[in-house]
Amino acid sequence: MNKLLSQSELDTFRAKAAASAHPRELIVDLLRAIQDHHGWVPDEGIELAAEILGLSPLQIEEIATFYDKIFRQPVGRKVIHVCDSICCWATGSEEVAGYLRRKLGIDFGETTADGAFTLLPTCCLGACGDAPAMMIGLTLYGRLTPEKIDAALEKEKSRSQESGVGSQGKTS
Amino acid sequence: MTDYPQILFKNRRPDETVFIDDFRKTGGYSGLEKAIREMTPQEVRETVKRSGLRGRGGAGFSTGLKWSFFPVDQPGEKYLVCNCDEMEPGTYKDRQLLSADPHQLIEGVILSAWALQATEAYIFIRYAYEQEARHLERAIAEARAAGYLGENILGSGWGLRIHVHRSAGRYILGEETALLNGIEGVRPNPRRKPPFPAVRGLWGRPTTINNVETLANIPHIITGGADWFKCLARSPEGAGTKLFGLSGHLNRTECFELPVGISLREVIFEVGGGIRGGKPFKACLPGGASTPYLTGEHLDVAMDFDSIAAVGSRFGTAGVTAFDADTCMVAVTLNLIRFFARESCGWCTPCRDGLSYVQWLLEELEEGRGGKEQIELLEHQRRNITGRAFCALAEGAMGPLDGLLRLFRDELEDHVRKGRCPFRA
Ligand SMILES: Cc1cc2nc3c(=O)[nH]c(=O)nc-3n(C[C@H](O)[C@H](O)[C@H](O)COP(=O)(O)O)c2cc1C
Ligand code: SF4
Ligand code: FES
Repeated sequence: MNKLLSQSELDTFRAKAAASAHPRELIVDLLRAIQDHHGWVPDEGIELAAEILGLSPLQIEEIATFYDKIFRQPVGRKVIHVCDSICCWATGSEEVAGYLRRKLGIDFGETTADGAFTLLPTCCLGACGDAPAMMIGLTLYGRLTPEKIDAALEKEKSRSQESGVGSQGKTS
Repeated sequence: MTDYPQILFKNRRPDETVFIDDFRKTGGYSGLEKAIREMTPQEVRETVKRSGLRGRGGAGFSTGLKWSFFPVDQPGEKYLVCNCDEMEPGTYKDRQLLSADPHQLIEGVILSAWALQATEAYIFIRYAYEQEARHLERAIAEARAAGYLGENILGSGWGLRIHVHRSAGRYILGEETALLNGIEGVRPNPRRKPPFPAVRGLWGRPTTINNVETLANIPHIITGGADWFKCLARSPEGAGTKLFGLSGHLNRTECFELPVGISLREVIFEVGGGIRGGKPFKACLPGGASTPYLTGEHLDVAMDFDSIAAVGSRFGTAGVTAFDADTCMVAVTLNLIRFFARESCGWCTPCRDGLSYVQWLLEELEEGRGGKEQIELLEHQRRNITGRAFCALAEGAMGPLDGLLRLFRDELEDHVRKGRCPFRA
C-alpha cells in the first residue's frame, strides 16, 4: 500500500498543528495531502488526520464527505471532471461527455480497467469563457473538441505513468 | 470595438502573468504607499465610501458602508477575508484578474486590512484554481521581500500576514459565513445572522469578507480618488469599471473590463461580437446563474446594480451568458436548477427538498409529461422558497425560475400543449 504521507509532510503537519491556536484549520490541507499521496482518503487517512489534529475521526469524516473533490473511495490515477453547468452545457458538454464515455468505455462514476482514469461530472470549473471544459487532476482543459480530448488523455496518461498512484495534486 | 479605460486589466497580456517588477513599473504599490504615508485609515475608509464602490461578489452591497460596521478600534485579532471561491456558473472574472496580475489583489488586501486595522488576512481560493493559488503564493513572498508585508510595513508600526486557504469544492463555500466555517475546519453550512461577521466572524472575532475584484479596486480608488472612480462609469447610478465574463452563444466568450452602466446591447453585439452563426439573440443571464433572464426588450438597460434591478433582474457578478433563438429556456432553467439542487448544503428543508422538487417538475415538463398543473406547482414553489430558506443559495436558484415563469410562460405552455420539447427534433 502507498504511504499516507511522506515523513517530512507528517513532521510539517504535526509541527503546524502544535503551533496553531486553531489546528482544525488544517483539515482540508491535510486531507488533500493524504489524497495526493494515496490517490484517495481511506479510513486510515481519516484516523491519521484525527490523531494529528487532536480531533475525533467523526469530526474529520464530516468534513471529508462534504467536499466533492475529496474522494472517500478508490479512484483511478487521474480523475476527469467534466463540467455540466450552464455555459458548458450550452456549448456541447453533453457531446463531450458522450465522447469521453465511448472512448474510455466507462460511464460516470466508473474507472477504466487499467486504473488510469475515473470519470466524474462537476459543477462549473471557472472556465466558462473556454467552454466546454474539463479538469484532469488539477489541470484545466477548455474549448474541447474530440481532437483536444484525445491529446489531453495521451498527455495525462504519460504523466500519471511517470508519477504513479495518487497524482491528483500535481499540475505538471 | 471601442477602447474602454483599462484599470484592473491594464497589465493584462496574453498567456502571461505580471509579477512584482512589472507591477511596480505601472504604479503598483503606490496606492498602499500613499495610504500609509499620507492618509489615516479613516480617510481611506471615507474615500472608499465616497467612491460609490459596490461589492463585486454578487450582492452589490456598498463596500464603504460594509466597512463602516467594522469595529476598527476594538483591540485583539481582527480579520480580512478575501472570497475567491467563484463557483457560480458563468462567473470567471476573479480568475482572469489573478492570472493576469496577482499583486493587484495583494496590494488591495494589504491596503484594505490597514484601513480596517485588521491583524491577519485570508485568501480563500477554490480547488480548481491551483495555478492561481501558486501565483498568489509567489506574489505574497515577493511582497514580503519588498517590505510590503510582514512586520512594520513601510515603517507604519503595523504588520500583516496573508494566508492562502485552499478549498476542496462545493459552491456553498462562497457564501460568506459558510466560507468562515470552511476556514475553521468545521462543516461548511452557513451560519445564522445576526450576529454578522463584522461582530463575530472567524473564530468569533470581527471579520470583513470581500470579493477579489472589490479588493483589487481599492488601490486604484486611493491613487485616482473617489470622483475619478465614480466618473469611470457611464451611468449616474454606477461607479467604476467592471469585469464582464462573457459566455454561452456569443462569438467572443472572453472576460472584458468595461465601464459600469454600459448597455446590454453594446455588451452582446459589440463586445461579444453578437450571437454565433448569426442567429437571433434570445435571452441572457446578466450576472451569473442566480440572476433572472434579460431578453431583447432589455437591450437598452444600463448595466449597473440599480438599472438592472429596476427591470426585475440583478447585475450580480456581470457573468453574461447569452442564448440563441434555438435554445429551450425550460432546458436552460432545468440545467441551472440541477446545479443549485446538487450544490444545496442540505441544512434547511425549503432548499434541500424544494429545489429537487422544482428540478423534478421541470424534468417532467421538458420531457413532455407535464400538464398545466405542473406550471402552477412551479409558481407555488417559487413563492414557497423565496424568503423562506436559510441562506441566499435557494433564493438565488429562484432567479432563473422567476425569469422563466415571467418571460417564457408561452414556452412552458407550448411544452404542455405539444407533449414534448418544441426545440427538439
Ligand atoms: C451560495 C452563495 C455563493 C457565493 N459565492 C461567492 C463567491 O464565489 N465569491 C464572492 O465573492 N461572493 C460570493 N457570494 C457572496 C458572498 O456571500 C459575499 O456577499 C461577498 O463575498 C461579499 O463581498 P463583496 O461585498 O466584496 O461583494 C456567494 C453568496 C452565496 C449565497
Ligand atoms: S438555503 Fe440551501 S444552501 Fe442555504 S442553508 Fe439552506 S440548504 Fe443550505
Ligand atoms: S459552466 Fe463550465 S466552466 Fe463554468
